Amino acid sequence: MDAKDILGLPKTPLAITQEKKTRPQRDSQRKPDGIAREVYALTGGLAPLMPSIDASELKRRPPSSEKITWQWLPFPRSALKDNLQLYHWVRVVNGVPPAGDYSFAKYNKSVEVIRYTDEEYEKYLSDPAWTKEETDRLFDLCEQFDLRFIIIADRLLTLRTVEELKDRYYSVSRAILSSRASSSGEVAGHPLVKEPYNVSQETERKRALSMVLSQTRHQERKDAEVLAEAKRITESRMAARVAEEPNLPVTLDICPESTERDIVLGDTISPPNVQVPSAAVASSTTMMADNTSTLASLRMLWVHLRTYALEQMVQAASSSAGLRTIKRVEQALQDLGVDLKPKVPTKAVCAEHLELRKEILTLLNLQKQLQYKEAEGSSFHDSSYVDMPVTPKDRTFVPDTISFGGDRLGKREQKRKGPGRASETPSSPAHKRPRKLKASDL
Amino acid sequence: MINSSSSKKHGTDQQEISGPTAKSQRAQMGKPEESENKKRLKDVEISVPIVFGNAAFWLGKKASDYQSHKWTVYVRGATNEDLSVVVKRAVFQLHSSFNNPTRVVESAPFELSESGWGEFEIAITLYFHSDVCEKPLNLFHHLKLYPEDESGPMSTKKPVVVEFYDEIVFTEPSESFLARVQNHPAVTFPRLPAGFTLPPPDESKRNRGDTKDHPLSQWFLNFSEADELLQLAAARQQVQAHIAKLRRQISMIDGQNQQLKPPSDQ
Repeated sequence: MDAKDILGLPKTPLAITQEKKTRPQRDSQRKPDGIAREVYALTGGLAPLMPSIDASELKRRPPSSEKITWQWLPFPRSALKDNLQLYHWVRVVNGVPPAGDYSFAKYNKSVEVIRYTDEEYEKYLSDPAWTKEETDRLFDLCEQFDLRFIIIADRLLTLRTVEELKDRYYSVSRAILSSRASSSGEVAGHPLVKEPYNVSQETERKRALSMVLSQTRHQERKDAEVLAEAKRITESRMAARVAEEPNLPVTLDICPESTERDIVLGDTISPPNVQVPSAAVASSTTMMADNTSTLASLRMLWVHLRTYALEQMVQAASSSAGLRTIKRVEQALQDLGVDLKPKVPTKAVCAEHLELRKEILTLLNLQKQLQYKEAEGSSFHDSSYVDMPVTPKDRTFVPDTISFGGDRLGKREQKRKGPGRASETPSSPAHKRPRKLKASDL
Repeated sequence: MINSSSSKKHGTDQQEISGPTAKSQRAQMGKPEESENKKRLKDVEISVPIVFGNAAFWLGKKASDYQSHKWTVYVRGATNEDLSVVVKRAVFQLHSSFNNPTRVVESAPFELSESGWGEFEIAITLYFHSDVCEKPLNLFHHLKLYPEDESGPMSTKKPVVVEFYDEIVFTEPSESFLARVQNHPAVTFPRLPAGFTLPPPDESKRNRGDTKDHPLSQWFLNFSEADELLQLAAARQQVQAHIAKLRRQISMIDGQNQQLKPPSDQ
């Protein structure tokens, strides 16, 4: 009830406050006896699946044969070595206080810290960085504070890092152990000997951990992007290397610094592109990403021919397209009167050529989209073939592709009567819904 | 060779460089050549437009079974400028039936003349000066002796010429390279990053390695990027207009479909 009040939730129908005495409940909902309604309402007002407390237990009075009193008694503290006497309430049955030690005393465990003698110190344990007094003090503190090194580091008057303390403690313990053991085999299983403490590793680990912890969100995002870009670059480079012709003797010098450099290059170029979210641009961003990785791999070759560079970029741009689409692009280029490989491949010409290819790809995708949409529309019209609303104008280029598309649509319509044939061209996210409709139509 | 003389002269030039050039650069250039080469400019690329191919003359009456044509395979600057500013030597790998099929040409013009009867692929390897690029570049050219039009008469006067235009792209050129080729007509100099200055080039040595007065120059083909650009621009315009139209259609059909769509499908 109070909890609901605090939370601002609507109160239970009966909003009268009551004491914590049992009362016959008046609520329509079933509640067990023996528990106050308000208390019960704290649990949410519904019976739990498994009663956590047997309700009848709550009502039960202690067996009247026993006489229960509560007394304020001292309790034995075996864990304490001093004379501090503490008191607490004790449930006394029939005048007999509970026997035995304080029930929590058994939890007073401590770490077994090995102490060395002075001779042992001189023989095995002297270290230039540590005086004997300091080592002694360290061990005292270790025992006192159960190897809680952070506290020990605070207590030791000399300034030492936690790693240094750990290092000293563990190396000393190891030395003593191995010296005291009669044979090395005996202690080989002991954890101190088996896994020595590695100071440098620990320091490094902690440093890295704190760095990661203190990263701002911005840094985190950047790291994720860089890693993704690196992955993409290495993947594309693997593909490029596999695809590379054997008669080009130019060897790719892949060394860590150059990979980093590529990552840096890729990083500076790609983040603005990667963050553009719209679906229409999605395909071009993947193309851009391919482009940057191709650029990066081209940069690796100190010298190359521009025709080679263009080839690579064309390949990268059409990597997402199937063979059929590539053929259609080339067909379109020919229809437009453009050479598939430019005759004068200057920088400007190559750039224009690449852009043209990309635009043709976009065009083909749009045509496909249009076809699907029209198929969708005609499916709503219930199998009547919808005329394409396009009247081809007088252009050399347009009629070819439009009529080409129209024919295929016709074929598709007829084929829909029979078992559906899934389109061979790769699907883009925009097409997934129309496709599903088609399948369900059949 | 040409390169060593130019570098020596470059050294003497450095002492004569007056105030304007940045002090740090001068200090850098004063160091030995190896450290000069190490300073490379990222995100800068320099390109050398070249044309390579062959010209083949039919020998006519003097032709024999094995020597029907006299041909020359070459690599030249696209505007007939001297390529030896970047190219140290060119190695032409001929068909194994030739004597000494590996022919090395150490100076401009980088060409090779031979006589024969067969068409085959020639591998041309260009080696560059050490401050330009340490890796060689390979070109492949299919030697063409017979004209396209097979039925036409073969003339001894007019050669069969096949040429290809291409550009050698150097990524991350070294400073010394850039300095050396600053005003050279054979090279397409890139835009340097802002505020970057180079010492003036060595004007003194000017070898006549260009192909402007080459005997074959009358047959050289012209490569104009302007035509190609125009063609591409026109094509792009068409495609873009078409794209716009399709987009309109799609949005129209989308609108129609929205009205037709049964509500459960939403």
